[in-house]
Amino acid sequence: MVRLKPVDVVIVGGGWTGLAMARELVGGSSLSVVVLERGPSRTLADYSASMDEVDYAIRHRMMQNIAEETVTHRFTIRDPAAPIRQYGNFLPGTGVGGSGEHWTGIAERHVPEDFILGTLLREKYGSRLPADLAVQDYGVTYEDLEPYYWRAEQMMGVGGQAGNVQGKLIEGGNPYEGVRSHHYPNPPHKTTYAMTLFVQAARELGYHPYPSPAATLTQEYTNPDGVSRMACQYCGYCMLFGCMVGAKSQPSNTLLPVLRNKKTFDLRTESWVRRIVHRNGKAEGVQYMDGKGQEVMQPAHMVVLASFTPNNTRLLLLSKIGDPYDPVAGKGTLGRNFTHTVGGGGGAVILDKPLNGFMNAGGQGIRLSDFAGFRGLDPDSGVLRGGLASGGGGGGHPIASFGRIPPGTAPRNWGSQWKKAALEYHDRMTGVGGFEMDHLAYKHNFLDLDPTYTDKWGDPLLRLTIDWTEHEQRQREFASKVGAKLAQEVARISGGRVVTSQRTARSSRHYQTAGYATTHLQGGAIMGRSPDSSVVNTWLQHWHMANLWVIGGSAFPQNSAYHPTLTSIALTYRAADAMIHRYLKHPGALA
Amino acid sequence: MRRREFLTLPAQSLGGLLLYTLAGEPIRMQAQEGEVRVPLRFFTAAEARVISAACERILPSDESGPGAKEAGVVIYIDRQLAGPYGRDKYRYTKGPWIESVPEHGYQGKANPRQIYREGIQKLGDFAALSAEQQDAKLVAIERTNFFQMLRTHTIEGMFCDPMHGGNAGMIGWQLIGFPGPVMSYREEIEEFRGKPFRRKPKSLADIVGHPVKGWEEETG
Repeated sequence: MVRLKPVDVVIVGGGWTGLAMARELVGGSSLSVVVLERGPSRTLADYSASMDEVDYAIRHRMMQNIAEETVTHRFTIRDPAAPIRQYGNFLPGTGVGGSGEHWTGIAERHVPEDFILGTLLREKYGSRLPADLAVQDYGVTYEDLEPYYWRAEQMMGVGGQAGNVQGKLIEGGNPYEGVRSHHYPNPPHKTTYAMTLFVQAARELGYHPYPSPAATLTQEYTNPDGVSRMACQYCGYCMLFGCMVGAKSQPSNTLLPVLRNKKTFDLRTESWVRRIVHRNGKAEGVQYMDGKGQEVMQPAHMVVLASFTPNNTRLLLLSKIGDPYDPVAGKGTLGRNFTHTVGGGGGAVILDKPLNGFMNAGGQGIRLSDFAGFRGLDPDSGVLRGGLASGGGGGGHPIASFGRIPPGTAPRNWGSQWKKAALEYHDRMTGVGGFEMDHLAYKHNFLDLDPTYTDKWGDPLLRLTIDWTEHEQRQREFASKVGAKLAQEVARISGGRVVTSQRTARSSRHYQTAGYATTHLQGGAIMGRSPDSSVVNTWLQHWHMANLWVIGGSAFPQNSAYHPTLTSIALTYRAADAMIHRYLKHPGALA
Repeated sequence: MRRREFLTLPAQSLGGLLLYTLAGEPIRMQAQEGEVRVPLRFFTAAEARVISAACERILPSDESGPGAKEAGVVIYIDRQLAGPYGRDKYRYTKGPWIESVPEHGYQGKANPRQIYREGIQKLGDFAALSAEQQDAKLVAIERTNFFQMLRTHTIEGMFCDPMHGGNAGMIGWQLIGFPGPVMSYREEIEEFRGKPFRRKPKSLADIVGHPVKGWEEETG
């Protein structure tokens, strides 16, 4: 084993949170910072040569090599687990920037309720809550995070329409958002035909449609760090691709330019961290494999875990740090509160005009919060939390978008009749009222190490134990009702016609690892106010190891329908502030 | 080292320019004559003829326009199977192999190459059958892994970037009006709201100004 010279901070993972932490520490202190990233680095030229649906959207060329490491899944502790052998319901990126390179760029905040959801649910429903519900408060409030949200939005240059600035409601924005201190740094995206229809339909029904906040720059922008980037060109190669003009905010084009030439910063690619080395309750550094297959020990005074959500938990388990969660005994904290996202609802409307669906930007779209949280729920439906409805999408890349036809149009999904119908309806079906809903945390959904399957080094894979409950089924029924209403209204005003979506027809009662859902995985190393029920404190510092920090989606006690990236970064900024201004002065547990 | 195998196709059958009559019927113009000899990377010539004929039933050349034949879909599939995808280089293939629930997706040990070889066996003398007989044969295997894969790959080969061997002459993109990986629609996105946008497609190589290699070219 090669033993390197000690550094002040080693950060595991070079994605959004890892590089945001590095940017804060390098800019705000004299600490020497090393970031270890498992994948390669890429350039803008690599991204322009990657505008290819087969290699990137279908074969997932930007993702971690699943042959080397995957996860296993089982529905309950009584079921056998099987490995996810090919990419399915989530897509972890690799390389500098991590999943922040191929993300879609929806950069929205959580709402105030999200942070105190445990308290709110208990107040509202009390003993009527499902017995195995594990929803908890974050331990921080929206107000605590607001300044950090604002910094994250400025760093990315988020474009959107504010709905509530300093208590003043603004038409066209989300009236239900938390109070914002400022308007968005940039205006919202341009609108397509399908988007204008959805806005009109939603307004007719008395709802409050607003443009998705997008981290794909809507105009040329220079952020407070002096990083200038050009405006989005609506090329349509966004989700699952890196941006070839640098308009989509990615760690590589937004954070790395500030860090790259700093003497105290070192980024090592193709470095696969296997263990956090620790002794007597103190982290001493990390052990990793470098690109040549050499085992390396990097000693450090502080360790920051910033890898993809499930891998944060896996590294803690492999390193034997913390108490593994045991759902039967109800003991331990590490691995608990694993959540994903609940999708549902959504109809499609056939329009008589083309959508030009190949022209689009990541994050461009229309959302409704009229059914998010507790709003619009029928008290007798048994639905505890709703979610966000979207509309105005459609089309996309030629392979993925070909072949969608209304039911009953052709006897089978191949051959002359199918082809004729597929051509007739191509680029004319818009998705309306698809929902993303809060996925609540349950005691039976958790993460641990798989006893059977291993990664390429022989280390145990992470095992996901998770299934949908009756509640998620009810959420989907609710979403279908609202989605259908929205679809009918779009059809009415456009003269189009509603078709049943394939998604509704296919939906399974069980959690599926096949077929994409979202890459929004949360939990495992959750934050909170007590070491009895969380792994890290509200500064994302490990309760039992003061010089270890675990940042990213792993800290979320449960999923929020509002996408997680901006909140992950805001929490990282808050953690960095505490590290620089408090921990460095008095190293030890922050209370 | 395998013997070099070639698929010989009439040049007239591949690619071309798609025009539409006033009634909206597609007409394919292709002035190329002679033959095209495509070196095969995975299939034997006989296997390629079977797969080609099967793809042609999935996306037929008919009155609604050109199909798998004109796009050279079989060439796309041959290259995918010869590359890392065909041998599961990027799939988790550690055991134990267990039968699991459908929610876990494909858990089989066979890689795409093996699935095709086995499927081709089952299709037998497929290329010599009538279209009706061919359809009946495909209907009988509709639910197999092999057929699902073949259908998916046929669509991929029809509408992929031409660097992958399919979508010859961008005939598939012409058919659906996809302009290729165009770098900017900043002006057009609102200008063409609800209006058809038809532009002669460009490939990725046309757009970036140099050849681009697909992942299937990766060796090792």
